[in-house]
Amino acid sequence: MLSLFKAEFSSVSAQTKFMSFGYKKTLFRGGVHADEHKTATAALPIVNNFPLPKKLYIPLQQHVGKPAEPLIMVGEKVLKGQLLAYSQGQISAPVHAPSSGIIVDVNDYPAPHPSALPIRTIVLETDGKDEWIKTQLVDDPFQLRPEEVSLRVGAAGIVGLGGATFPTAVKLNMGRENRVDTLIINGSECEPYLCCDDRLMQERAGEIIDGVRLMLHGMETESAVVAIEDNKPQAYKAMRAAAESYAQIQVIQIPTRYPMGWDRQLIRYVTGKEVPVGCRSSEIGVTIHNVGTAYAVHKAIRYGQPLLNRVVTVAGGAVKRPMNVEVPFGTLISELFDFCEVDKEATARIVMGGPMMGDSLPHTSLPTVKATSGILALTQSELKSSDEQPCIRCASCVSVCPAGLRPLDMANNIRINQLDAAVDIGLKDCISCGCCSYICPSNIPLVQYFKYASGEIVARQQAQHKSEQTKKLIDARNVRMERIAQQQREEELARIAAKAERERLKAEQEALV
Amino acid sequence: MIMHMKPSSGAHVGANNSVSHIMWQVMLALSPATAFGLLCFGWPAINLFIITVLSAVGFEAFCVKLKGRAAKPVIMDGSALLTGWLLAMTLPPWAPWWIGVVGSGLAIVLGKQVYGGLGQNLFNPAMLARVALLISFPIEMTTWANVSPLFFTHSPGLSESWLITFSGLENIDARTGATTLGYIKTEFSQNRLLTDILKDYSGFLSFIGGTRGSLGETSTLLLALGGIWLIRQNIIQWQIPVSLLLTVALLSGFFHLADSEHYASPLLHLNSGAMMCVAFFIATDYVTSPNTPTGQLVFGAGCGLLIFVIRTWGAYPEGAGFAVLLMNSATPLIDYYIKPRIYGRDRKGKPLEIPRS
Repeated sequence: MLSLFKAEFSSVSAQTKFMSFGYKKTLFRGGVHADEHKTATAALPIVNNFPLPKKLYIPLQQHVGKPAEPLIMVGEKVLKGQLLAYSQGQISAPVHAPSSGIIVDVNDYPAPHPSALPIRTIVLETDGKDEWIKTQLVDDPFQLRPEEVSLRVGAAGIVGLGGATFPTAVKLNMGRENRVDTLIINGSECEPYLCCDDRLMQERAGEIIDGVRLMLHGMETESAVVAIEDNKPQAYKAMRAAAESYAQIQVIQIPTRYPMGWDRQLIRYVTGKEVPVGCRSSEIGVTIHNVGTAYAVHKAIRYGQPLLNRVVTVAGGAVKRPMNVEVPFGTLISELFDFCEVDKEATARIVMGGPMMGDSLPHTSLPTVKATSGILALTQSELKSSDEQPCIRCASCVSVCPAGLRPLDMANNIRINQLDAAVDIGLKDCISCGCCSYICPSNIPLVQYFKYASGEIVARQQAQHKSEQTKKLIDARNVRMERIAQQQREEELARIAAKAERERLKAEQEALV
Repeated sequence: MIMHMKPSSGAHVGANNSVSHIMWQVMLALSPATAFGLLCFGWPAINLFIITVLSAVGFEAFCVKLKGRAAKPVIMDGSALLTGWLLAMTLPPWAPWWIGVVGSGLAIVLGKQVYGGLGQNLFNPAMLARVALLISFPIEMTTWANVSPLFFTHSPGLSESWLITFSGLENIDARTGATTLGYIKTEFSQNRLLTDILKDYSGFLSFIGGTRGSLGETSTLLLALGGIWLIRQNIIQWQIPVSLLLTVALLSGFFHLADSEHYASPLLHLNSGAMMCVAFFIATDYVTSPNTPTGQLVFGAGCGLLIFVIRTWGAYPEGAGFAVLLMNSATPLIDYYIKPRIYGRDRKGKPLEIPRS
């Protein structure tokens, strides 16, 4: 009796939860509230008259997964939107020409990564005509089969534009196959300084909502929730108005707290469900996409335009003209900085992405890519002090960690090279959100420790794998050599036997004679 | 090309705080109670305070030099200053100079630096020193001066204070006495009852701070205000003070209701024996207390329980030092068993199961 009542109760509550997503409960923990630094750029319209660069450096890997494989020749003339490199394997994304011009090189160039190590890059010399390739238009995209939608999204080279750069088509397919019931559109943009998504939502809300509808169609999902942090009232208003006539799309405000935009945090806040470690969110019935991605889907399906450019926030204390600017992929950061009048003397650190999770870049001769949500030129006074003090176990890092880890214990283990112990207490569950480094009064670069340890563990595993492989090869060689020696011995014996036989026959013949 | 040499990841910006900032905030919170205490006990107390704090800094500098490192940046973090300050607040205000020096040496050298310096010690340095002093020099550590405020005619002047601090107090009995808790303890052994013992006790006076005791024992009001300010400033969390005070209040309340002649009331407990100083300033020491809010609740409750037990049934009238040290030793254990749940995992660290819908 009791159990029956309980079952009924839980199904009712599940239903109400499903019907009203706006249900408020503090389903997030940890996090910090950093100075936003968004006012300088959030009020300015997106700049779309960025002068077309003479040369574009287009890396073949701008996404999670296998790098794309080039199908053009050096010296070939290409048009804007033309396929330059096709996707390889299950998880990959193609790369298209951001403008028309001539391919001048396919070679290794520095990647926009802290190491600036070279990766395979196509260099395109633009001709200034910006001449489009003929694009395919569809009359009514909602008549397309859902599989066709994700196929087109994949062919347009769309990846998650929030920073994760996971191929969007793969996610749409997973959503459809797992029959997810909720699509969450991430408009939280919780990183300080960045406001490209904010501006996009303010200026192109209709297009984004159309993208959301197309995604819903592609995933065969019933409803979507657009979650926007409550520090962006303008964006919220615009998106609400755009979504008004679509009952399946709900726009909600969420509290401003970093890292609200961490997909798993947002999923828990919006749906009340927690994604188990080692699972994809689609397995619990939720898929999450960024607003920028939704906009790219709109352009790809409605106009057949592949992903060629994105809105990038250029901000920081050393930037004279901070702005959100639409730039073609492959634009060098140095050109972007010239356009925004960055004071090179005052720049103490260049960061790609936000100041919490972004990576610092060694120089500016690096291209902007699909993951480039922002480029920051920070002055010394904006940076966190690097004067490292001993840990006083204040446990601020424990209280701000959204993943529920104990950064101080992990760091202590890493410091004494006990990497396995660090893994045991959760190193692999770290999302590198940077809250611990942000809050640490002793200025300990905790995330740096964790990234180092993760890299070191992979390197050690590889070294171990290598030595095992070497051992296997040596064993195999020994067996082979043994077999050859055995064979030679047998041949020798056979030869001796044959000789003896010949001599015997010869002797017999002689005896007969 | 803009070059910078040290590529680094994660949180390029930071919260505006530092170790020394935290230490100074704590000292700021301590200063009203300290100033009031120094006022109450006059020049000898000021002498001892200065000697204790300076020798703590001196020992710290000495140890850091021994390690072959620059002393100035380590001194500037303020941790040695704070340790000396906290120790001085637990000493009898008219104790001789060497009590302060030996105490500081014990706190800094044995309590902190032998473990490897700031952040490495298992025990609260100030409490370690106080307990060591109490066991080694029971007479000096339990001779409590009468309240004799600065600039009063009967209070010692500057020159007399040097005599008290450097060559000992003459005519001890006339100018000293017992603390409230000590008095109750000795009178209980004479089989007197509480109502009789506490005839002259003024709860209000010890709340404001006009009673015998250490600097950290006199003004309940100022210490509590300082502590609450620290919680408001987000320097300490509420868990340890609240669970500690609540545990003492509940336990003493229960026993007081059961037998009010042999068990002191919760008010008297909270009002005496440096309870506020321990709850807000000693037990909340980051280094020696647990990392999680739940762990801190357990830690505070453990301290409260031990304080009550030692006060009520132990040999010492005042048990805060022992209680904190015992709970310090339990901190690693508490941190081992009480830890936050990792996202997407259950309490044991196994991945959550996919809910069936």
